[in-house]
This record gives sequence, C-alpha cells and structure tokens, in this order.
Amino acid sequence: MKTPETLAFECETGNYHTFCPISCVAWLYQKIEDSFFLVVGTKTRGYFLQNALGVTIFAEPRYAMAELEEGDISAQLNDQKELEKICLQIRDDRNPSVIIWIGTCTTEIIKMDLEGIAPKLEKQIGIPIIVARANGLDYAFTQGEDTALAAMAHRCPEYRHCAMNTKSPAKIMHIENHNPNISSSQASKLAKSNLVLFGSLSSSVASQLNSELKRQSISVSGWLPSQRYEDLPGLGEGVYVCGVNPFLSRTATTLMRRRKCKLVGAPFPIGPDGTRAWIEKICSVFNIKPQGLEDRENRIWENIRDYIRIINGKSVFFMGDNLLEISLARFLIRCGMIVYEIGIPYMDRRYQAAELLFLQQTCRRMKTPLPRIVEKPDNYGQVQRMHELKPHLAITGMAHANPLEARNIDTKWSVEFTFAQIHGFGNVRDILELVTRPLRRRGVITPGSRGLSKQTAGD
Amino acid sequence: MKLAHRMYAGPAHIGTLRVASSFRNVHAIMHAPLGDDHFNVMRSMPERERDFTPVTASVVDRHVLARGSRDKVVSNISRKGEEQRPDLIVLTPTCTSSILQEDLQNFVDRASLYSESDVILADVNHYRVNELQASDKTLEQIVRHYLDRAREEGIFNRSLTDAPSANIIGILTLGFHNQHDCRELKRLPGESGVSVNQIIPEGEFLNNLKNLPRAWFNTVPYREMGLMAATFSEKEYGMPYISTTPIGISNTSDFVAQVEKLVNSRAPVLLGKKLNYDRYVENQTKFVSQAAWFSKSIDCQNLAGKEAVVSGDATHAASITKILAGEMGIRVSCSGTYCKHDAGRFNEQVQGLCDEVIITEDHTEVGDTIARIEPSAIFGTQMERHIGKRIDIPCGVISSPVHIQNFPSGYRPFLGYEGTNQISDLIYNSFNLGMEDHSSDVFGGHDTKGISTKSLSTGGKSIDWAPEAESESNRIPGFVRGKVRKNTEVFARQNNILEITVDVMYAAKEKRSIESLA
Repeated sequence: MKTPETLAFECETGNYHTFCPISCVAWLYQKIEDSFFLVVGTKTRGYFLQNALGVTIFAEPRYAMAELEEGDISAQLNDQKELEKICLQIRDDRNPSVIIWIGTCTTEIIKMDLEGIAPKLEKQIGIPIIVARANGLDYAFTQGEDTALAAMAHRCPEYRHCAMNTKSPAKIMHIENHNPNISSSQASKLAKSNLVLFGSLSSSVASQLNSELKRQSISVSGWLPSQRYEDLPGLGEGVYVCGVNPFLSRTATTLMRRRKCKLVGAPFPIGPDGTRAWIEKICSVFNIKPQGLEDRENRIWENIRDYIRIINGKSVFFMGDNLLEISLARFLIRCGMIVYEIGIPYMDRRYQAAELLFLQQTCRRMKTPLPRIVEKPDNYGQVQRMHELKPHLAITGMAHANPLEARNIDTKWSVEFTFAQIHGFGNVRDILELVTRPLRRRGVITPGSRGLSKQTAGD
Repeated sequence: MKLAHRMYAGPAHIGTLRVASSFRNVHAIMHAPLGDDHFNVMRSMPERERDFTPVTASVVDRHVLARGSRDKVVSNISRKGEEQRPDLIVLTPTCTSSILQEDLQNFVDRASLYSESDVILADVNHYRVNELQASDKTLEQIVRHYLDRAREEGIFNRSLTDAPSANIIGILTLGFHNQHDCRELKRLPGESGVSVNQIIPEGEFLNNLKNLPRAWFNTVPYREMGLMAATFSEKEYGMPYISTTPIGISNTSDFVAQVEKLVNSRAPVLLGKKLNYDRYVENQTKFVSQAAWFSKSIDCQNLAGKEAVVSGDATHAASITKILAGEMGIRVSCSGTYCKHDAGRFNEQVQGLCDEVIITEDHTEVGDTIARIEPSAIFGTQMERHIGKRIDIPCGVISSPVHIQNFPSGYRPFLGYEGTNQISDLIYNSFNLGMEDHSSDVFGGHDTKGISTKSLSTGGKSIDWAPEAESESNRIPGFVRGKVRKNTEVFARQNNILEITVDVMYAAKEKRSIESLA
C-alpha cells in the first residue's frame, strides 16, 4: 500500500453497488431538450428508473420504457414491428428531434439488433434514431452517458475549415458568432481554436466554462451534447476536443478514432486546482499563455477557507460508484484531507492519465501518502476495511449510507456529486457544501451552520 | 413490447427479496447484472434500515455470458456462507437470468454441498408474475421447505399451544405501514386472550418455523401476501386461517367474530370454556375507535354524497371503498386496483359500493378516469397523489407504491381499531383541505387560477365560449366552475352547438336539473 512514487492499482471482485447505467437517461433527457429516450428492456429497468428518479418521473418526462414481454424474448414478436409501433406513438405524441434507444442487458442477451433496426426505422418515421448500449453487463452508472455520447458523436456534422465560403455555413456561422461583440481581430484569433468540449453539464455550468476559456481568448465552438440535438457541433480533422468528466473514455476514443479529432488530455475541471490545470492544458495546446489564472485560483481557495477548516486533516474513504472518484479525491487531498482508498468502477488510465498524474503531484505537494486505488471494488471487503480504518467520512451509495451511519461512520451519498454542479471555479463551494455536510451536522449545532434542507430523500 | 412510463407493482425478484430480507439471518444472492441491486437502496432509504440489506449480487457480466456463471454463483454462495453465516441463502433469479436459461437449480444443489447454510432457488417466473405474487410464492416456498424438513427430521412440533394463539402471516419489509399494522394486529386478539405464536416473515428465525403449526389458526391481513402459505398450512396441517382484512369498523368486527369462531371451535376442549368477544367489540367500537362516532358527527354529515375515487392494491382499495361508502356515506364514483390477478375477488368485494370498477395496471387510464370524474378527493397510491396535484384534487395515500413519506416514524396503523382512527383523519383531512381551498374561492379570495379545463385526457375538439358566457362562468364559484363548464360543453356537443352563449349555459343547467330530478 505504501508506494510513495507511483500509484498502485488493485482490482477486486466487482461485487459493488452502483446505479444501472440507464440512469443516464435521467439527466440526458433534461439536457437535450428536443430528445426522447426510449429504454428497451424489461420491467426491472423500468422499476429501477421509477425508483431511482423518484419525484422527477412524475413531471411528464421525455423518456419511457419499451417494456419487453415474453413474446419479445422468445422472438414470437417481430422486434422491428414492435419498435416501429412504439416509435410512431412517440412521434405522434411528442414529436422529438431525435429518439435515443437505450439498449439494456436484456437486449444484449437476446441479441436484439438495435443498431440494425434503427437506420431502417429512422428512414421510415423520419426522425433520427441513435442507439446507445448502456447496459449493466458492461458498464456502471455514469458510463451510460459515455455510451450515449459516443453514439451521438457519429451524428455530429462534419466540420469544415473554410466554413465561411461553403454553401451551407449557417450552422457553423451560428457557432462562430456565439458572442457578437468580439472584435474582428479577436475573432480571427478565436477562429483558430476549434475546440469542442464533451460531457453533459447543465447549461449554466457549460456557459461558465465557456466564459472561463473566453477570458483566455479561446472560444468554444460547441458542446457534445448540445442543448438541442439539432445544434450538435461540427467535428472533424483539425478540431480539438476536451472532456469535462472522467467517465467519458469511449466518447474520447470515438472522437479521436472515428471523427479524427485531437484529444486534449487534461485533468478535469473539478475543484479550483482541477479547473486551473484544465484551462492551462487547453491554453498550452493553442499556444496561449494563460492570464491571471493563478490569482483566480488563489481567490477561490481564499473563498473556501471556512469549509477547509472543517475538513482539513480529516480522512475520507471512497467506496466507488460513479467514476468521479479520482478527481474528487485529488481535490479533497489538496483541501488537506487524507484519502484512504479510492474505489472506482472502471479506471481508464489513458483517458485519465493527466488526472492521475495530477493526483500524484498533489499528494507530493501536500505530503500525504498516495491513496490506494481499487478498481471493481468489493463492497463487503471495503466495509471491513472501513471498520479498521475508521474514516471520518465515507463517500458511498445509498445502499450503504444508512447502515454506515448507524455504525457511526459519517457518510455522503455519492450520487449527489453526479447531479450537483461541481465543475469550474464557480462551483467549488458546492462540492465542499456536499462534502462537509455530514461533518457539519455532527457539530450541528455549530453556530452559523446551515440547515440540512438540501439533503432530500433521494429514493 | 409495450410503451410504459410507470408501474404499480415491481418485478418478481423484488417480491422474493422482500421476503428473504424480512426473515432474520437470511441472505439473498441475485443472479443479476451490475446495478440491479437497487433493492438495497429502496430498503435502506424508505425504511431507514440501520443494517446492511442482506442482498448481494452475483454479477452477470460479459465473462459470464461467455463461460456460464456456475463457478461464480457457487463461489459467491459459499463465500457469503462463510462471511455471514446465514441460515439460508436464497438464490434469486432476475429477468436477465431467466433469459440466460442457466440451470440455477443445479448451481444451488452444488453450492449446498459446500455451504453450511441452506440454499434454495426462488421459484418465480419473471415474465409471468409481479412483485406481489412473487412474494406470496416465495414465502410459501420457504415455509414449505422448513416444515417439510422438520417433519422429515422428526423435530416437528404440532401440539397446539395451551392458550389460544395465532400466526400472523404476511408482514413484510417495504410493505405499506406494515410495521404499525403488525403492532396493532398483535394487540387486536391479544386483548382478549389470543396470543401471537409467530409473525412471518418479518423478524422471524427460520429455525422457529417448525413451531408454526402450534398456533390455533393463521391470520393473513393482506390479500397480496401470505395466502399461499396459509392455504398450504391448511391443506397440510389442517390450520384454519382468517383472510379478512381488519381495516375499518365493520371489517374489524367481522375479523374479531371469525377469531371468536375459530377459538371457540377448540376452546371448549382445550380450555374448558367458550370465549365471548361481543363486549370487546362493543367497547372498542365505542371507546377506542372514534370512527363510529365520527361517522355520526356533523363533520361527517358534511361529507355525505361527496364523490371520491379509490385506487390501490386489492386489500387497501377494497377496504377503503367499504369504509367510504359503507361507513361514511361518501359516494365512491370509481374504485380500482392494479392487482389484476385478484380481479374476481376485488369485484365481489366492492360490488354495490361504487359506480364503476376499474382494473388496470396502466396509470394513464386511472389518471384519465379521475380527470373525467373530477371527484372531491382521491384515495390512491403515490401515482394518484401526483395525478391529483396536476388537477388540483386532494389525495390521501392508502396503498403501495409508496414513497419515503409513507414510512412514518409515528404510529400509523391502518388495521384494527387504532387504524380506524388513522383512516378517519386521513379521509377527513383530504376532504376538508379541499373545502377550505374552495371556500376562499367562494368568497372571492385568491382567485388567480383562471379556468382550468381539468382534463388529463385528450380528444374532442374545443368549443368556443362567447365573451359574455365566459364572464358569466367566471361568476360561478371556483369549486364548481370546472364542473359547470364541462357539463355545458358536454351539452353543447350533444346538441351540435359550436359556440357557448349564456343561453346555452342556462339550457345546459336546466337540462341537468331535470335529469337530477328524474
């Protein structure tokens, strides 16, 4: 465990609790406003979604189940006909710009040819159909978004270098002219940077990151996914892409291999340290000297001193379920916490290379031992280890949270990090708000500590 | 394939897991892909469970697809046996494993060679039964397994207890107010000398199951859960059972009368005397339960003839319908259940108590029915509560599917005499809140809502309202405005009138009052 210089990776049994990757539907349908998500699977999936999303499902969501019945499984019914019926119904009721089919374990096992059926139906009903295989056989939780974005990357229009002269420049013009008050000299400077960011963030966080880069005179030419399906960014040779979330390795691979984009490998913009490193890396690619970043980072650190006082010197244990763990651990170490273990469902060492390096540097800087990174953890073993280590805080799924609390280990529900706004300089307080909440509660009572109002029942 | 947004009852494995994790020291291993163990979240959150849910997954991944999962399942079973030493491990198939069609029974046989725990395979078909049916089946399977074995091993105790006693079958984790009901149910016969022999599955050790037949009789408080185990014990061990749900005054007296009958069928021999529960019922009804007095009071008089819609599982929907119609004089316009498998009996129960019966698993059908009827209050599940929210009708939650707020920390039984009090409050509060809202409308309070057509259903082209008719309709008090407008539109449609004028409104009203006289 004590390997001071290089990170040690372990791999356990994979008996851990996480959300089924189809849960990505929950945030993606809200992000892509003109989409409709159709989960093709059994009752189990529907029941999961219904329970996991709790209240949101009662608000007329733009997603539904194509619930498989016995006849579908035994191939007595024709998949294509059945899907056609359902998609026509969706078209008539909702008229979306795109229908995204989410394949599940069931469609994998019965080998339903969703990729084959989709183009045929697409032609027939006149609405694009994208297939994402977000199943629990292969993926965990947030990786669902990865499969969806990877599939969507194929649908992005081709990027053209001399967009202004081509016949249909409308879309690209629109993107380039995102900010109308850029002077022409700036515009030419900005035009060089064909940067597309990938990862689904709420629109306010996305525009925060956009403006963060604009301060460095880098214009973001588009996001994957965009707010509307119809506004997907142009991709192609000469386009740089950069991820904002650590779980997007398939998307990154697709963008590089299939769309010939250049990947900017950077740490992720989580925490002030991460955000700065992320911007610096992007600047370096465009040969720009970052301006005023250090000041900005320092101001943020200054701004969160009250929170840091609470967690400094405390220990934390990530059980691992959403792949944000490395970045969060890196940030918390920088805040002065001691990380015992980083459980993580899946570790793409290439895609996360810069983040891993940054983690190492942070440990060195803070003079803390490198944490152990456990891929495919075993929850039972982890709980045993936790009994020994007695961390101040466990970041864990809801299945373990109440039992751990009952055993006197403070917990923070990990899924909240997926839904909260945690990216960029502006949201650093939000991360710490989440992390410190259980610790503040312990001293509830500390004057000035805010209520627990945000901690809602998440079932 | 069918397009579905929401569902009332969960998939089969949820039922099996609810039974397994209700027993003490039983572990369930799901044969399932990653992420299917969401049951643990459901149990740990709404129930605020302090212990780790004794459910793990033997994860089905790509390797399993390639190689088969025997080794993995077997080693997971024996590992769990060593780690936690459960008395029983229930291997639980999921929809995924039923498609794989692996010989799970064979894995179980092999694993039980190595494991010190008993191992069984839950015998449920994922595509044919739902959560409720599966829980019923699994409980029966476990009871049968342990009783049969006790008989084989000769450690079986069939002598009846000295004093009258009963088993309570069907108290379950994640059940709607089950914990509170159980406490109330223990009290109900207990107060008149019938003790509780065993409560299953909640909190019981499997080793004690051999004593199950010592009780004089079984009680099955809920239709959905425990009937199979009860009929099994009746057939094999001659144990009679009561399947009346003691919800509401009349059902409860009925229940106590049955207890009396069953006790007295043996009491003369075993106790040398007969027991009489008449006084007990009378006292409870008069003094412990406020429900009987409530239905006589002026409060309840005000509710007479108001319309309500009821929807839920078979047990609760039928009982609440009975209370509303039979005990409070409320008009139940529609009563329904999603328990399709119990449709016959449900129909029989609510017959004569409501205008129409709706049996469906499709929540949009329920929503449209509610929108059409526009009752003053809804009594349903969380889904109906949300339907009510959308169309401004108060809703009391009376059945699963439920939300964390339906697991109150305070004592809230639905069963027994205390249950009648709780239900009175629930019903009265739902209606009363609605009235309060309306009376502020009547007195011209905060009428900012405009006119909602209050319809979830689509269909039918819109009919124009002439400006003067519009302003006339605005003079109608808010709480009947929607209804008047709708009636007027129906009238207009029937008479092929395309624009509604004040005259049309009056004509519609006239016709309506003639109809109601007739």
